[in-house]
Amino acid sequence: MDVSQYLDIFIDETKEHLQNLNTHILELEQDGENMDTINEIFRAAHSLKGMAGTMGYKRMQTLTHDMENVFSEVRNGNIKVDSDMIDLLFKCLDALEEYLAAIQETADEGTNENEPLIKGLNDILNSKGSDKAKEEKPAKTEEAPKKEASNKEEKWREIKLEDAVKTVIKEGGTNGFKAYGFTVYIQESCLLKAARAFLVFKALEEVGEVIVSKPSAQDIEDESFEFDFSVIVMTDQPFDKVVAAIKNVSEIEDAVGGEVELKDEPEAEKVEEVEKETLPVQTTQAPQTAKANTQVNAEKKAANKPVVNRTVRVDIEKLDSLMNLVSELIISKNSLVSVAGSVVGTSNIAFNEQIEYLESVTTNLHESVMKVRMVPIENTVNKFPRMIRDLSKKLNKKMELYMTGEDTELDRTVVDEIGDPLMHLLRNSADHGLESAEIRAERGKPEVGSIFLDAYQDGNNVVIEVRDDGNGIDIEKVKNKAIEKGKITAEQAELMSDKEAIDLLFQPSFSTAEVVSDVSGRGVGLDVVKSKIEALSGEIEVKTKLGEGSTFTIRLPLTLAIIQALMIVVGDEKYAISLGAIQTIESIRPDEIKKVQGKEVINLRGNVIPLVRLNNVLDLEDKHDGTSDMIVLIAKKGDRYAGLVVDELIGQMEIVIKSMGKYAGNCKLISGATILGDGEVALILDANALI
Amino acid sequence: MDEIALSVEVIQYVKIKIGDEYFGIDIKYVDNIVRMQHITRVPKSPDYIKGVINLRGEVIPVFSLRLKMGLEEIEENKYFRIIILKYEGESVGIIVDEVKEVVNISSDAVEKVYHNSAEGYQNFLSGVGKTECGLISLLDINEVLSDKVL
Repeated sequence: MDVSQYLDIFIDETKEHLQNLNTHILELEQDGENMDTINEIFRAAHSLKGMAGTMGYKRMQTLTHDMENVFSEVRNGNIKVDSDMIDLLFKCLDALEEYLAAIQETADEGTNENEPLIKGLNDILNSKGSDKAKEEKPAKTEEAPKKEASNKEEKWREIKLEDAVKTVIKEGGTNGFKAYGFTVYIQESCLLKAARAFLVFKALEEVGEVIVSKPSAQDIEDESFEFDFSVIVMTDQPFDKVVAAIKNVSEIEDAVGGEVELKDEPEAEKVEEVEKETLPVQTTQAPQTAKANTQVNAEKKAANKPVVNRTVRVDIEKLDSLMNLVSELIISKNSLVSVAGSVVGTSNIAFNEQIEYLESVTTNLHESVMKVRMVPIENTVNKFPRMIRDLSKKLNKKMELYMTGEDTELDRTVVDEIGDPLMHLLRNSADHGLESAEIRAERGKPEVGSIFLDAYQDGNNVVIEVRDDGNGIDIEKVKNKAIEKGKITAEQAELMSDKEAIDLLFQPSFSTAEVVSDVSGRGVGLDVVKSKIEALSGEIEVKTKLGEGSTFTIRLPLTLAIIQALMIVVGDEKYAISLGAIQTIESIRPDEIKKVQGKEVINLRGNVIPLVRLNNVLDLEDKHDGTSDMIVLIAKKGDRYAGLVVDELIGQMEIVIKSMGKYAGNCKLISGATILGDGEVALILDANALI
Repeated sequence: MDEIALSVEVIQYVKIKIGDEYFGIDIKYVDNIVRMQHITRVPKSPDYIKGVINLRGEVIPVFSLRLKMGLEEIEENKYFRIIILKYEGESVGIIVDEVKEVVNISSDAVEKVYHNSAEGYQNFLSGVGKTECGLISLLDINEVLSDKVL
């Protein structure tokens, strides 16, 4: 069978299992006795082995098989978990990741046998009475199915045998062939059900001949069956051997069966049914009962299992095109609204109602599509605990990573891109931030350094903070380094505020680490981080206190495509400004404006807020007469405020953000453009750049 | 004889007018020609970028070819056109005084212009083509769309 169609699923699933293993082996390191963790690891390793086997990746299968053996021993209490073993296991995971990377590139696992790893695993096994374990293992696996066997119905007995089949069975009987019926249960975690079933069929064809199956072979191939199927096999092999052949296929939970006896019993049942239905229907009888059966089965499952998420994997490109279509729809809705408003004498109430309805539908549609594209950052940040552990060993510093808000959701494309910058920041914290154990002891800090990764949603933004309780940024050191590198002069350094000095860190090739380690210090970190985050329309801020630690705060917009905006007029031009950035709209009398250090400020309920006159910023004439009240939008960025003076408010509108391309997109104040209902282009002001 | 005939390539140019002169734009870069429409100014951008327009849902920057070539702007009239160029995946509009027609110029009728000896807007030319109705300066789109201003 061609398994290439399952390659994508295989890669996705393998990634998940590897991540799972990483997480749980970390847990295991903390608590080597935790049975739940060990079981979880065992399960993941087992699925991995099965999947690799199905796909024909032998080397991967061998490695996971040996890992599984080790886990099995740990589970049975024959081996104690120690640090060397954890290290080795992590190396195995890295090797598996290499295989996976190779598979992803070339659909082939490569030729690296990873013999040292396999040897290492075997050494662990051999060192602790493996004989005993070997005996125990089969015993155990045998035990489990037996226990479960009682739960499994022998559904094959419900198969209606057609007369032709009965004849075959009878004839076979005279030639020494026996008919056995089986119901095969596939593990519910199995994704490639059809592939498993196929393998079972293949295994059966080797020992005998499948004469009947339920559901039909076609249905099984189409995966239209629950987690079990029944077959009747003609074979000259003993029963046990056939069962063994089935169970050899991985991810098969169980197979129950027995010899088919041609008794009158099924006949009676058949008669019963015939009574109910007219004769021509009889042929469709089997599928019907099959359906009924699966229904019963499904209900039973629903009762004793937590609800399984029903999901569909969708190519991100399809979602992109869906998003584009929604954008188009919103633009055309906007033009409809503006047509309705401009045509005189069309105050048709019904028409306006429909427009409003359309508006709410498009808004909801947009929200739904956006939600579909949102994924938790979990998948990205889950690899960090492992990374911190490795760093801790490498740098010989004790440290611990605490994460919160892994379930915070972001647009898929953003989640994919944010991993690298976060990794840089964490490495920075581990390498530059945290002090060595001696210095920590001197400063009266706990021996183990702490790094925090907190994510949360804040209005229309998602905030991710990377915080450590290390040394903080030494502003003087940064300034000296900048002078040394000729980036600034000593006089400039004098005048520089702390914030400006910290901003130096984000310039290309700037590193304050005295020793260049292979973790960080080459100065390719923070400027890359910054540009990457800015490319995602986000921003990064740093707060630091020498001796106490530093916090890097990343702010990212929830969505990149469609926003709620406030339409304003400055001079005679229309601009859009993201509603999320606006706190309040104030009416300010000109005499309320005070001057502080030559800059205009207003005192708003106790807060001193600097004023930004947009007509100055945008090179437009000041239309204001200087006596009447001014409209001021209070914008917020982090904990800073600014008052933006505008000439006129138009109102709120849902806008689609369009890129302006490389020729016109260089203005920092403008974050994009949008198309208004009347077809005109309005520019989107970036409130963050104005503060 | 045959060999020479084969090496001659005929290229189509859109013939445009700026002031009293005629220029040619290789038709392979021309995506569209539209009438003047409302242009939204983009603050803090170079003078020659007049702003952006909406072309069927896409936001496209518009250059003034006159300003780019260091010429005075003239008052907009009904002959003004925006030529939408597609260059390296980006769409850009350039405003010209008038669009005349499409002309065929074979490569042997083109006199090369060398940039190192060029003066003024010759920097923007790839050559000068000879046609029956006079000379046409052929624009080098790469240079026209660079941030070079005369």
